[in-house]
Amino acid sequence: MRDEALAAFAAADSLDALQEAKVAHTGGTSPLALANREIGALPPHAKAAAGKLVGQARGAVNKALAGRQAELEAERDARVLVEESVDVTLPYDRVPAGARHPLTTLSERIEDVFVAMGYEVAEGPQVEAEWFNFDALNIGPDHPARGEADTFFVQGPEGGTESGVVLRTHTSPVQIRSLLSRELPVYVICPGVVYRTDELDATHTPVFRQVELLAVDEGLTMADLKGTMDHMVQALFGEGMKTRLRPNFFPFTEPSAEMDMVCYVCRGESVGNPDRPCRTCSSEGWIELGGCGMVNPKVLTACGVDPEKYSGFAFGFGIERMLMFRHNVEDMRDMVEGDVRFTRPFGMEI
Amino acid sequence: MRVPLSWLREYVDLPATETGRDVQAKLISAGLEVETVEQLGDGLKGPLVVGQVLTIEELEGFKKPIRFCTVDVGTANGTGEPQEIVCGARNFAVGDKVVVVLPGAELPGGFAISARKTYGKTSHGMICSSDELGMGDDGTKGIIVLPPETEVGKDAIELLELVDEVLDIAVTANRGDCLSIRGVARETAIAYGLPLRDPALLDVPGPNAYGYPVQVSEPYGCDRFTARTVGGLSPEARSPIWLKRRLQKVGMRPISLAVDITNYVMMELGQPLHAYDRKLVQGTIGVRRAAEGEQIVTLDGVTRKLHAEDLVITDDRGPIGLAGVMGGANTEIADHEEGEGTTDVVVEAAHFDAVSIARTARRHKLSSEASRRFERGVDPAAAAAAAQRTVDLLVLLAGGTADAGVTEIAAPSAPHTIAVPADHPDKVAGVDYGREIVVRRLQQVGCDVYGQDELIVTVPSWRPDLTEVNDLAEEVIRLEGYENLPSTLPKPPSGRGLTHRQRLHRRVGRALAGAGYVEAPNYPFIGEQVFDQLLLEADDPARRVVKLTNPLNDEEPALRTTLLPGLLGALRRNDGRGSHDLALFETGLVFLPREEQKVAAALPVDRRPTDEEIADLNAALPEQPRHVAAVLAGAREQAGWWGKGRPADYADAIEAARAVAREAGVELLVRGGQYGPWHPGRCAELVVVADGAEKVVGHAGELHPRVVKAFGLPVRTCAMELDLDALEAVGDDTPQAPGISTFPVATQDVALVVDKFVPHADVEAALREGAGELLEGIRLFDVYENAEQLGDGKKSLAYALRFRSADRTLTVDEASAARDAAVALAGERTGAVLRG
Repeated sequence: MRDEALAAFAAADSLDALQEAKVAHTGGTSPLALANREIGALPPHAKAAAGKLVGQARGAVNKALAGRQAELEAERDARVLVEESVDVTLPYDRVPAGARHPLTTLSERIEDVFVAMGYEVAEGPQVEAEWFNFDALNIGPDHPARGEADTFFVQGPEGGTESGVVLRTHTSPVQIRSLLSRELPVYVICPGVVYRTDELDATHTPVFRQVELLAVDEGLTMADLKGTMDHMVQALFGEGMKTRLRPNFFPFTEPSAEMDMVCYVCRGESVGNPDRPCRTCSSEGWIELGGCGMVNPKVLTACGVDPEKYSGFAFGFGIERMLMFRHNVEDMRDMVEGDVRFTRPFGMEI
Repeated sequence: MRVPLSWLREYVDLPATETGRDVQAKLISAGLEVETVEQLGDGLKGPLVVGQVLTIEELEGFKKPIRFCTVDVGTANGTGEPQEIVCGARNFAVGDKVVVVLPGAELPGGFAISARKTYGKTSHGMICSSDELGMGDDGTKGIIVLPPETEVGKDAIELLELVDEVLDIAVTANRGDCLSIRGVARETAIAYGLPLRDPALLDVPGPNAYGYPVQVSEPYGCDRFTARTVGGLSPEARSPIWLKRRLQKVGMRPISLAVDITNYVMMELGQPLHAYDRKLVQGTIGVRRAAEGEQIVTLDGVTRKLHAEDLVITDDRGPIGLAGVMGGANTEIADHEEGEGTTDVVVEAAHFDAVSIARTARRHKLSSEASRRFERGVDPAAAAAAAQRTVDLLVLLAGGTADAGVTEIAAPSAPHTIAVPADHPDKVAGVDYGREIVVRRLQQVGCDVYGQDELIVTVPSWRPDLTEVNDLAEEVIRLEGYENLPSTLPKPPSGRGLTHRQRLHRRVGRALAGAGYVEAPNYPFIGEQVFDQLLLEADDPARRVVKLTNPLNDEEPALRTTLLPGLLGALRRNDGRGSHDLALFETGLVFLPREEQKVAAALPVDRRPTDEEIADLNAALPEQPRHVAAVLAGAREQAGWWGKGRPADYADAIEAARAVAREAGVELLVRGGQYGPWHPGRCAELVVVADGAEKVVGHAGELHPRVVKAFGLPVRTCAMELDLDALEAVGDDTPQAPGISTFPVATQDVALVVDKFVPHADVEAALREGAGELLEGIRLFDVYENAEQLGDGKKSLAYALRFRSADRTLTVDEASAARDAAVALAGERTGAVLRG
């Protein structure tokens, strides 16, 4: 009986055939079931031996059945799942990915560096009073810098020319607003859109974005300014980066400086090395970042901050240029035309 | 400011090996922005010699006149024979001294010279123009004709000082002193630790009573006026080569001897000068404010109407010069080469108020070498020396005779002193320099310094920019080297992170980008005709704009009140470049004028403005809310191997608005609306409830076909725009967790027949309300129109209702009762009938 069953299971070549064999050899009318039933009729001394025999046989049969069942299922799975296989290389661009503009995400990236240090993000209006944009920043009505600022002026009441209002030429008026509205000490980062009357070309745009930093506290020094900037370029461009200050002049800072960072591509190794020219820094070894300096005490005075007690530093730069050298953007116009082919590769964050 | 290294070396004994680039590095480190170092005569190789034209033969039959010349170059050609040269220029004659480049030489730009056949002759070299030698503009546009006394055969490279280096410095607005060789030489001397030979240290005779009469009636605008006179200028005198060459190197064009001399001295000392033709000046020279309506013709030939604030130089007739800006045509020096020249001159060296000059220059849109210097600060103490230097050169070069009379009018003034703690620079820099270094550095820049812990610093007359303690700190720090500053980090107090509003702006961008939209920020400049294209009503508030007085483009003088024009422009641009399936978004400010427009006051800066003053300034600004907008065209879902695509439609635009509202935590009411740019049948009005009142915060849907046409957009372009600030104001920042029941859900589906124009939103609202609190959720899963089955003008809406109780398993009867109540209320409110 046992051997017949085992042979039948082995001979079953499909799950259906196995099911038939299962019914035939383990079902209620199968020889084994019958044999099992007959044990009850045996004399007591024979029951134990017969029970053992039948039990062993049933065990072997069930084991063989399960084994064959597993074999056949594996065969079936292998066959069916192969039949169900698909081309995983098919595209799925049903709804093409969107993206945020890299100037937005670069600005956020910079903000985050400073937010992590404890700075807060401050904002201000883009159409701004001249007092905020110029006067309070020590750029009086007759200051040469005021004439050089390439300012868009807003029409006054009834279309007159005098409004006292301009499109802000830099994010520095947010410094003033921050000092007027916040409690000291003030540590803020001010990103935003600014305007100058430059025609759009490969390297200029009349509408661009700046990031401005302002720290006003007791005992701040130029060394603090430099350290803060060093930290920023390391956070944005990697370990070992540093900045350099060159004297310059801005009405709202004194002393003032132009800030450069080491070229993050060649790290200065292209300087005097014609075999390894660097496109990013034109083999100068340094990349110009922006202007900075110690907040002019006159600016503090205009904001009601005691310059005898407090000092501060400020830094501002245009992020279009940083995007250009950080991401190899060759033409400023690509950033302003909204071409989806330009923006898509930048995704959600940079 | 262009500074020839050869000129600089006259005042500072730089080591001979020091190159322009070396000096550049030193000066940059000290704070002068030396942008370039121009290598004059780079690649120039002789022989380049002085020659005298012996014969000229005009060659005929060519397109342009050509001359075959013989030129005596002495023994420079090795033979002593006349050199045969073909030349196309015509501004020279037999006997003229010219510059000849001989075969074997090389001109700048790698231009090798050899004997060559041309126009049927062999030309053994070239007669040179200033362009070919890289000399700059000499005003002739032809070949160089040298003074007759120039020696034949002489090396012209040396004679014309053709090899030199020129530093080009972008002088900042505070350093007027460096708009002169003298100022740059001083910085160079300090940078190298070398002594300066100050060219302004001249013996100057004191003023006397018999100088030219001058009357300064505006001492505030003109605190110093020196007048000197020189007579008997030789009509034959011309500017010598060295003078012309120096002017060319600093970027000026030689004009005539007297004018060249005043320009030369201005470049040397930084003091603007003016020379009047004495015979044309009538009577006393005066300095006063102009009378309103007075006129002057300036040297550039322009008639200028004067303003009462303009400072003018006058004679008995009226204005003869716009003080510190430009002289008048009526007393102009005449050149001897053009008829009867000037023989007697009055030389003016004056000092004018910087603000007055700046205003006049701006008012008349006339920025001159003189006004640039006065605006940025001129050393008042150098005026007399500059006048003396001018007189000396007129005597030396023009054969004039200096008159003994010296006029000098000077308003009393005291040198500026600043009291500064000796450790102030240390505190600014974060470096321990110590008193000794501080004092030494201040002395180097020309300050007199007294005192111990508190220094009394008298600043030099040539540094009017040094007015505050931090100005002095900067001098010390820059000379000690910005590059030597240490790098330290301050410890800001703990910040609070981004504000709710800032996080919302980021979230909105991510949500839309995540939904397939690409951010496209646009310029805010618009023309008002765009409102007609957008079909706005004549009285639409969005037509009220902020305008610019000086727009870049006269067609777009206004600032946007809606983001749509810019965004639709970007859509059209992308479509034109071959991207047709588009979804774009922008967040940005719009600019809305206030009801009453005010002028923003010029507040003082010597104190904090009051809160009222700040509020007034802000009230003079337009409102500048942040909007978000999205536009779509083409396919929202692409066709592909998965099946058909789906064109973008009004529902996508509305969903974009919903996505924004979700980020803002706002429940957005969407209802049918009609507004300008949108298709009147496919426009949603987007509403929020703030303080119990409804407020329209935007629109979404398909654009009106006329708008699509006017903007040249793809058909069925869709758009949405929302006032993001208004959403933020009502947004819920802290959503509350719902209770989660683990009892089983009971679902009931209903199909309701309503009139075709009954909005789903009304039906759903009634169902919700009618179903009561057992309703967990409701979802519309089918909309169906079929006149045969439903009747004309009807539609069927199929809803799945999910019921669940917080504390028990619902019976079928309970769920059915809730459903029936829902249907009943929908029937009452909207006429909905349960479909059989």
